[in-house]
Amino acid sequence: MSGGSFYQRDRSWHPPAYAPTYKTSVTRSPQKALIALDNTLSEMTGPVFGHDMLGPLDDDLIANFAKDGDPIGQRIIVHGRVLDEDGRPVPGALIEVWQANAGGRYRHRKETYLAPLDPNFGGCGRTISAEDGSYRFRTIKPGPYPWPNGPNDWRPAHIHFSIFGHGFAQRLITQMYFEGDPLIWLCPIVSTIPDKAAIERLIAPLDMANTVPMDARAYKFDIVLRGRRSTLFENRMEGN
Amino acid sequence: MVQSLDRLKESASQTAGPYVHIGCTPNFSGIEGVFPQDLGASMLNAEARGERIRIVGRVFDGVGAALKDAMVEIWQADADGLYPSPQETRGTADANFSGFGRSAGDMATGEFVFETIKPGRVPFKDGRPQAPHVTLWIVARGINIGLHTRLYFGDEEAANEADPILSRIEHRSRVSTLIAPKTLEGGVPTYRHDIFLQGEKETIFFDI
Repeated sequence: MSGGSFYQRDRSWHPPAYAPTYKTSVTRSPQKALIALDNTLSEMTGPVFGHDMLGPLDDDLIANFAKDGDPIGQRIIVHGRVLDEDGRPVPGALIEVWQANAGGRYRHRKETYLAPLDPNFGGCGRTISAEDGSYRFRTIKPGPYPWPNGPNDWRPAHIHFSIFGHGFAQRLITQMYFEGDPLIWLCPIVSTIPDKAAIERLIAPLDMANTVPMDARAYKFDIVLRGRRSTLFENRMEGN
Repeated sequence: MVQSLDRLKESASQTAGPYVHIGCTPNFSGIEGVFPQDLGASMLNAEARGERIRIVGRVFDGVGAALKDAMVEIWQADADGLYPSPQETRGTADANFSGFGRSAGDMATGEFVFETIKPGRVPFKDGRPQAPHVTLWIVARGINIGLHTRLYFGDEEAANEADPILSRIEHRSRVSTLIAPKTLEGGVPTYRHDIFLQGEKETIFFDI
């Protein structure tokens, strides 16, 4: 595992802070320029989480909140790899996911949508990527839901992903969308991303090869984190 | 066309949304029984070395309202300035201190609290010591890509003065947005650090 500074983030590829069609961003976006900060150890290091932290059902959202049966909805497997920009696997990455249930209802006290909660579905899970960067969840396909942005805006079906790589500068939260969902191209949060190609990288294709016959469909979602240079200190190769 | 660099693009960020707590602090959000405790809820045990301190603050939007749905994460060195990370090459960090904290903030007031220790000094890339600091990462509904900032300590005036990062910030009046004043609350040294996303008092955010 090499430990140099990270490649600069391409902020024209990521969504800008201020994206007024997503209304909440208007008052929550800095107006002054970000100040560039060369990576120091504070950014190149980051917390690392061990597999011993995980419970046996942490990656199984069908089972980890079940009370008296299985949750209702389309059973799916979401799997993929965590890679860096050089295409190398990122092992040991903690991946946390959260999502609404099959009807688009979140289990959260501030959520007021009229679709009902599913008594057997919590909506959170986590796992740690393997040596080859691979990861896998079992869950229910989330439903779309309306939200108060425009007068009639609906989020596409999506799963939120939070990822820790090896350095705090790689910290990333994003959302996974599902192939073929027509709501993707109407969504003001999706369209905060300026580049269509960047949006397409967040859309998981149906993956028939990884379905479980008579049980669950599968979607493949690869996640790319920042790559890193290979020297720790340019002028102190021996370390500090 | 020239040859391709053959490199992948980083996955684009998206907002954490209003329900980030379901995935990141489920016990706090009322989803109990899935994880024994929320990640980053506790940063240290009784054996950890260093001065016990508390970091408290809120995140404000451009109209002066405190965010009640933000999630703040911190990452810091131990009392000797070592990071508990495989990338740390200078020694072994305190095994009783995680360096990582996560707070959802109080749902009524938005106040986030970290019970931690005061970090030691960490070298800048040219070897000069940086002033003691904590890295913060803020996500919330309406924030499209996580915001990185730092907290420096108000009682480290000389170190802050010489800090390689603080000392090169062009607009000197903005440096104070990164420095948390020290108070004593219930006998615990407490650093109050409010973050302003936008406007007159806007906090400095870094492109790291």
